[in-house]
Amino acid sequence: MPPRHRGAPEPAERRELLSAGDVARTIARMAHQVIEKTSLGASDAGPVVLLGIPTRGAPLAHRLARRVAEFSGVEVGVGTLDVTLYRDDLRRKPTRPLGETELPVGGIENALVILVDDVLFSGRTIRAALDALRDAGGRPRAVQLAVLVDRGHRELPIRADYVGKNVPTARSEEVHVLLSETDDRDAVLLNRAGEGA
Amino acid sequence: MKHLLGTDGLDPDTARVILDTAEGLKKTLLGREVKKLPTLRGRTVITLFYEDSTRTRVSFEIAGKWMSADVVNVSAKGSSVKKGESLRDTALTLAAAGADCVIVRHPASGAAHRLASWLSHTNTSVVNAGDGTHEHPTQALLDMATLRERLGGVEGRRIAIVGDVLHSRVARSNVHLLTSFGAEVVLVAPPTLLPTAVGDWPVGAAGSLVVSHDLDPELPTLDAVMLLRVQAERMHGGFFPSAREYSIAYGLNEARASLLPEHAVVLHPGPMLRGMEISHAVADSARAAITEQVTNGVHVRMAVLYHLLAGEEDAA
Repeated sequence: MPPRHRGAPEPAERRELLSAGDVARTIARMAHQVIEKTSLGASDAGPVVLLGIPTRGAPLAHRLARRVAEFSGVEVGVGTLDVTLYRDDLRRKPTRPLGETELPVGGIENALVILVDDVLFSGRTIRAALDALRDAGGRPRAVQLAVLVDRGHRELPIRADYVGKNVPTARSEEVHVLLSETDDRDAVLLNRAGEGA
Repeated sequence: MKHLLGTDGLDPDTARVILDTAEGLKKTLLGREVKKLPTLRGRTVITLFYEDSTRTRVSFEIAGKWMSADVVNVSAKGSSVKKGESLRDTALTLAAAGADCVIVRHPASGAAHRLASWLSHTNTSVVNAGDGTHEHPTQALLDMATLRERLGGVEGRRIAIVGDVLHSRVARSNVHLLTSFGAEVVLVAPPTLLPTAVGDWPVGAAGSLVVSHDLDPELPTLDAVMLLRVQAERMHGGFFPSAREYSIAYGLNEARASLLPEHAVVLHPGPMLRGMEISHAVADSARAAITEQVTNGVHVRMAVLYHLLAGEEDAA
């Protein structure tokens, strides 16, 4: 299977957008924003569930949930939501393997679901995620979106509620998020136009 | 992957991807109220059956419908086949009518391969749902899915296929898939129900194939027993003296099942002839995985349709 538009870094010319330390600080800041925006811990606040989109959204969701628990003392639900079967570009690429879907024990009924992904680009993955979420069973109270990097070039009316870093990019460039759970280290890299892939 | 015609010619990596996909689909749909995925919306799947079938046809139909494909069922009875239309013309008609995939079952060995060659100028995929005594690849895949669940895999496992091997496409497909995943397969049958040259069968490099005429000494060494139906419809002549005698020598009854190791699994592709190759008590026992096979069959066929139809054309 070929790599997605991020994930497999080219050794050629590339720029580091976020170092390992930056990634950790960014996730910590996003955790504070989640706590504030969802009034987490307030008596009238309903359950909050973080759902990571495989591949790299999944470890990100777990890291974010750990930070949220650390800062607020509230354990939020965390899980993964695979969107492969809901993508609108299946016919344009070789067949993709499926990722894992694993909802937290309490489910998502009436929860505030925060979708977590590494890079927000066209918005098509998020559209697929909204469809997958509708079929996953349960009706969330609301759905929000958290991404580590927003690189622009939206093709759908979708925006993120929590953004780690906004990165202006050219369409031909590639953003690679590396996480120690799936890669050898934490970093966000920008591949210059015309190279690699 | 354009067609699925047999397990011979299916490389183990592709088989593994199909099995992983089936497992993922099973997990995705588990406990869902609405078992419907949008993945194959707008694709047309036609089942073309020249032989009677319940589970295979229903299983493919459910698999297609759960993936949102439009499924059309054609059976030889009640179609233009009755008026004398050839398999080739029927296939070309179905492709011209817009079939993205034709799932074919036919009494002649090699029918699916012929069909695929006739349709090579089209984008239509062909799935072999059983051709004569040749191959039935989705059955072998669903058996493998069940063994992976029950035993965690088949590498280094000893698995017996018992009964009417001579007429069995299930046996042939299973021998190749099981051995290419590293299993040691024992074919157990009276000499009259074994092909004259089992040595010609395709055997995967990772495993091995042996033949035995005596079931009882094999039982304590087995991790799984796969029973085959005695196929009276393909038997024209005296293959064994009587059903009772066959049952006494090769039927899996409780006494025989008690010789199996604790963990050993009993499989049957169905339809079962209770009292013939398997006793009531064994068929309903905890070691029998027969209903799991049917459930896994739907997910395996969904995975096959996904890999044939979801990706870009001519990919891989």
